[in-house]
Amino acid sequence: MNAPAEIGLPDKIAGYKTFSLGEFTFARDEYFVTITWPAKGQRMSHTMSADAFLRATMRDVAWGFFYGLVNFDAVFGTRNLYGRVELFAGRYNEAIHKNGLSYVETFDSPKAMAKFKEILADWTNAGFDPFAAPAETGNAAFGEKNGSNLAAIERFRVATKRMPGLEGDSPLRGDDNGFPINRAFADVSQEEPQVKAEPGFEKELHAFSLFKYLSRSDVTWNPSVTSVCKASLFCPTTEEYILPIIHGNDRVEWFVQLSDQIMWDVSDRETGRPRARVLMKAGDVAAMPADIRHQGYSKKRSMLLVWENATPDLPKRYERGELKPWPVDF
Amino acid sequence: MTFHTTLGSLDRYEKGHIEIINDNPKYYVFSNVFEVAGKSKPWEKIAVAKNLEYVIEAIRAEGTSPWMACAHDEFVVVLDGDVTVEYVKLDDPAAAAPPSKEGTVLVKGEPKGKRMGTIRLKRGHQALLPKGAAYRFVANKVSAMIQQTVKGDLTLEKWGQICYQ
Repeated sequence: MNAPAEIGLPDKIAGYKTFSLGEFTFARDEYFVTITWPAKGQRMSHTMSADAFLRATMRDVAWGFFYGLVNFDAVFGTRNLYGRVELFAGRYNEAIHKNGLSYVETFDSPKAMAKFKEILADWTNAGFDPFAAPAETGNAAFGEKNGSNLAAIERFRVATKRMPGLEGDSPLRGDDNGFPINRAFADVSQEEPQVKAEPGFEKELHAFSLFKYLSRSDVTWNPSVTSVCKASLFCPTTEEYILPIIHGNDRVEWFVQLSDQIMWDVSDRETGRPRARVLMKAGDVAAMPADIRHQGYSKKRSMLLVWENATPDLPKRYERGELKPWPVDF
Repeated sequence: MTFHTTLGSLDRYEKGHIEIINDNPKYYVFSNVFEVAGKSKPWEKIAVAKNLEYVIEAIRAEGTSPWMACAHDEFVVVLDGDVTVEYVKLDDPAAAAPPSKEGTVLVKGEPKGKRMGTIRLKRGHQALLPKGAAYRFVANKVSAMIQQTVKGDLTLEKWGQICYQ
């Protein structure tokens, strides 16, 4: 069963609990997280900075394992099978995998989700917000265990059915419901559209300031839906510092840079070999093909429109080769 | 520390770039909304993103558009300028936009139905273009916007002209 105690891990290190999920173990100390897994009759290990691990875990939890691969870094991550989820170590690292040292284990998604939430709850210190930019949350992630920050890791998940602000749909953001303007967007206009509805149509005409809405986002690298056109989802987000995961696509996704700029490192989804760097500035539009992984760098908090196609059978169609990994031939 | 948010406009934008290491630049289908809208004719719906049947169109808003409708919800975001949307609740939505037809359709003549009102959109504002309604845009100055919809009869694809190669 390889529970931590059975493989020689103490129950706690620096006040932090150690955890196991299947054959994986997870331990953290003052600075680092160590993950171990079985391979060739031994246990392999991998080390990540604790803040990076918590930021990645936070996204994986918030996004329900997201679309495709959520690489925490070049070694560890998850692959969403939509209902089940694979945890992998080294599977998408060319050297580790080719040498037979990678490991993949599949879990029912709720079981893995519960364990990830348990880890987040125990390992997130008071004052550290895994959703915040480093300039906002500082070094509170490090050191011996120091309280917790459940409010940060259990934020209300925005679920929009059609468009925020419509009756019965997700709320808009304002001072009155706990969304002040972010320090980096103090110069963004807060003017709302002028809606002049004829009597009887007040609930049918609807508009809002998307830029105001985004200027009040309290999280980074966390897309939330703002418009639903059948399976086409606009999922804008605000980005600062580094995308805490390396997203491996299982379908084409698109980016529209709404403000400022982001540099994207793009590499092969299977091997991690670099393929391109893409610099996107305000107004730029670019596709992320279905066979890549990508990680973004935003030196100033920026507004990014992530555009997703939520058609349920897309990953299988790409896997079967029915669809090319790039979206358009020209 | 003071931050400055950089927004693009038709008059002022900087286009990013692709640094190819081992790939085909065409796979990234890289364009810029302001560049596309700046070179388009008024109300042309130029696809700048496509995901199977779904598209994002870049539109140069200038003057008054024709009346349009759609069998499903669409959305528009103004990225530069000032655009007013006029809405009419169609008496017979299926006649204007048959449920089997996806994407934006032109409404022949004046739409028949009750006036629903107007919405004035400025930079960064998003509006719902609800199914069952006809709409048209009025822009007194040249503006740029994107529309979320499904590829339809009015969608133009000019990838070779707008994208890095």
